[in-house]
Amino acid sequence: MAFREEEHAHNFSRRAFVIGFLQFLGLGILASRLAWLQVSQGHKYKTLSDKNRINMRMIAPLRGEILDRFGVPLAVNVQNYRALIVPEQTEDLKESLQKLREFIPVTEETIDRILKESKKTAKFIPLRVREDLTWEEVAKIEVHLPDLPGLMIDVGETRNYPYVESTAHIIGYVRSVSQEELTGDPLLTLPGFKIGKTGIEKVYDLEMRGRAGAMEEEVNVHGRAVRELSKKPMQSGTRVALSIDGELQRFVQEALSEHKSASAVVLDAHSGAVYAMASHPSFDPNMFVSGIPKDVWQAMNNDPTLPQTNKALAGQYPPGSTFKMITALAGLEAGTINRNTSVKCLGVYKLGRDKFHCWKRYGHGRMDIISAIQQSCDTYFYEMAVETGIDRIAEMAERFGLGKTLGFEIEEEKPGLIPDQAWKRKRFGNKWQPGETVVASIGQGYILTTPLQLAVMTARLVNGGYAVKPWITGYVGDQFKGAEQWPKIKVSDAHLAMVKKGMGAVVNTPKGTAYASQIIDENLGAMAGKTGTAQVRRITAEQRRLGVKNEELPWEQRHHALFVGYAPVDDPRYVCSVVVEHGVGGSSAAAPLAKKILEQVQIRDPAATDIYSFDKDKTTQDESVKRDMIGPFLPSREIGG
Amino acid sequence: MSQMFLHSDQSIVRKLFALNWGLVFLIIAVTSIGLISLYSAAGGNFDPWASRQFTRFCLGCFVMIIVALIDIKWWYKLTWLIYFGGLGLLVFVELKGHVGMGAQRWIDLGFIKLQPSELMKIAVVMALARHFHGASLGQVKRITFLIIPAIIILAPVALVLLQPDLGTSLMILMAGAGIIFMAGAPIWLFVSGIVGTAICIPIAYQFLHEYQKKRVMTFLDPESDPLGAGYHITQSKIALGSGGVEGKGFLQGTQSRLNFLPEKQTDFIFTLWAEEWGLFGGLVLLGLFALIFGYCFWIAFRCKHNFGRYLALGLSLNFSLYVFINISMVMGLIPVVGAPLPLVSYGGTSMLAALAGFGLIMCCSIHRHSKVTR
Repeated sequence: MAFREEEHAHNFSRRAFVIGFLQFLGLGILASRLAWLQVSQGHKYKTLSDKNRINMRMIAPLRGEILDRFGVPLAVNVQNYRALIVPEQTEDLKESLQKLREFIPVTEETIDRILKESKKTAKFIPLRVREDLTWEEVAKIEVHLPDLPGLMIDVGETRNYPYVESTAHIIGYVRSVSQEELTGDPLLTLPGFKIGKTGIEKVYDLEMRGRAGAMEEEVNVHGRAVRELSKKPMQSGTRVALSIDGELQRFVQEALSEHKSASAVVLDAHSGAVYAMASHPSFDPNMFVSGIPKDVWQAMNNDPTLPQTNKALAGQYPPGSTFKMITALAGLEAGTINRNTSVKCLGVYKLGRDKFHCWKRYGHGRMDIISAIQQSCDTYFYEMAVETGIDRIAEMAERFGLGKTLGFEIEEEKPGLIPDQAWKRKRFGNKWQPGETVVASIGQGYILTTPLQLAVMTARLVNGGYAVKPWITGYVGDQFKGAEQWPKIKVSDAHLAMVKKGMGAVVNTPKGTAYASQIIDENLGAMAGKTGTAQVRRITAEQRRLGVKNEELPWEQRHHALFVGYAPVDDPRYVCSVVVEHGVGGSSAAAPLAKKILEQVQIRDPAATDIYSFDKDKTTQDESVKRDMIGPFLPSREIGG
Repeated sequence: MSQMFLHSDQSIVRKLFALNWGLVFLIIAVTSIGLISLYSAAGGNFDPWASRQFTRFCLGCFVMIIVALIDIKWWYKLTWLIYFGGLGLLVFVELKGHVGMGAQRWIDLGFIKLQPSELMKIAVVMALARHFHGASLGQVKRITFLIIPAIIILAPVALVLLQPDLGTSLMILMAGAGIIFMAGAPIWLFVSGIVGTAICIPIAYQFLHEYQKKRVMTFLDPESDPLGAGYHITQSKIALGSGGVEGKGFLQGTQSRLNFLPEKQTDFIFTLWAEEWGLFGGLVLLGLFALIFGYCFWIAFRCKHNFGRYLALGLSLNFSLYVFINISMVMGLIPVVGAPLPLVSYGGTSMLAALAGFGLIMCCSIHRHSKVTR
């Protein structure tokens, strides 16, 4: 028995050792697994752990402002008060929203949207109830806040255009990013982020956007921020200063509004800086920022006067008699005419079997180059143009900036059209007819120009023959983008002087076509210029016989009224072009406008002040940090992988 | 009650001296790790877990010492009472019990939620130890002698499985099998048992509850559903791995503090510990467990009677199974079964059961020379 006990105990020990061995083997496995996880996989899990806990929140940058040449803001960021509601802080979300309606208007749809959103997002994330609260609404909510659990007021930034429709065509507007515009830049996916869609807002969009700040937050498993780990403040976008004079711009816009559809450009004759560029009718760009109502949008799209188009850049019109300076210079330079060449105008010019009428039925009598410009005698130009030939005229037009885009910052710019023989052959496949030269000599026929081109042409005529190009950007940040020096055009000064003399006579002599628009104020420089009346359709023999007055025709059949001018006449500084669509007559509709504008620009004298430069103020940095603190609330969002 | 102590071979004072203070020290060390982790789990607060756990530990220590001092003959005599009492309680919770975590597992006694299955783990070991106490090797080799042990094991296993608590029932089964193995049952029995199980697993799988199936599936491929059922395993592995060698530091465990770690105070407490204290801390805890196993082994070998040997080794095996299952679960080695880490996890019953178990082991040590008659 003792032996058997002994054997039993021995057997037990052996078996027990197996169990003991297994126990320690188990611990060994656990230890090696732990070492594998923490040592060789440690880095991988560390990353995963950080990804778990760290949430990157972008801080939207403040968009750079757009200022006029005096530093007056044309596009700014204004604080936008928003009502937000935090679902977890209210017992009954729907009831709270209904309660809010007692104080501020909230639509049924908004309530439905919030209730829907609240089901999808975490309970502590604030949901947007209303934007653009008025001060009164903010005050009402603040007072009743104890009765409105979960409600909070938050300040965001929205773009605002203080000059409203006056600068709409130049500045353009910002709008929410559409699906096609996503470039992968996470900034674009920020809720409420807006980018420039037209005008300067579009041209310098990237510069003005600035750089997003980032906030690293530690979040718990529910995504609630527990603490801030690091913060990189956002960088405000670059400011842009334009050559525009905001008040002049407003003045021009208002001056144009007496007509149904018109546009005007005011340039510096020597530098090419744009002081004003207006197109009427316009629109309120602020509507686009907050979301334009559908009916307004449709009405705008169906409007024949194209409120959204900047006609100063994109409107292409026959220049009419404003083109005569080019024809004259082409003739003078080619030698087909000189100072003493005279033509007798009998009211009609015959070329072969064709008859070409002068605007003055019974003719001007004997005309030379000066009086032909002064009285806008068509016959004089008909005759000399046929001798000079279309190619020379076209070549001269191009030297003065017509027929091609001028590389203006705002892309909307159109090239216009200056025809020549090669163009005709290419376009229509047949030969240029001398009759077409006759028509072209007075800026009719195929010729098309934009108001901007007409202003540039005038500038080049009066600045001593320098090939200025128009520009509108003064500074982007601290970088000067404007231009002062321009190459000289190959043209004789004497010939330019003759043209200028004619233009002076147009306004300042009793026989001149724009004598009624002479600047009388002695404190201001006198104006010079040239009227133009461009036919929209050919005047039929019937109409000519009946003597139908143009202003009695339907609006869209009336002549366009044009005027190009400059002031002061002795030392040209400001150049202006005005086009009144279907305004009947250059001297009756366009010249008075040009007079008003050239008077105003001389009073304001923007050329006397350099464009606002940002070196002057270094407050930008501090301001951006301050703004950052109250920056727009943005729901947390992970960026990158 | 006093009879239990007086009729023993030694005085109470001598018994107290004979108590395995080394083992007590190891138990206190492991429990301290648990308390530190619970303090951290509460974000640096004694409430709600650490303080209550400490109270329970003190209570449990008292129970442990009482259990250790009671003469082992009494435990031998009380074995069947405890076993059938436990079985009765299991039946009782099956019939009427609180619904917690989707399974009926405990009886609410007011001050403690008693889990009969915890009691049963000890009772099964005691019953088997008693059964094999007087058995000769020849008897054990006979297959008919193993029918009673089989019933002793399978009756509670079946009841616990009904609760349903797969983890605990498997643990009872494995601990029981371990004792039968040590008692000298034929090897082929275990070989065929393992083979049989391997064949049965696919069949048994059909009878698993939906959540158990899901646990198995997510164990096999936790990344397939990282936000769903595999979330626990994935987050636990992230916590462990990101701890690295040095750990994130006391109270700095981001995974647990930010609640990415599920049930950090109970089943996943090892993860919390190893996240904050790193590989170093993890190995210290595993080392302490190893010392405890070794100590129990030493006690069993010094014991002069079979009842004590089986009891000490069986309870130690029981304890080690807990440790393996819990830690391998949080490391993603086995499916999530919902087993606490004894002495470390927050929980009254598991603490009490573990300490009572150690009390019995120490009892075997104190009374190693006792003559335990059949």
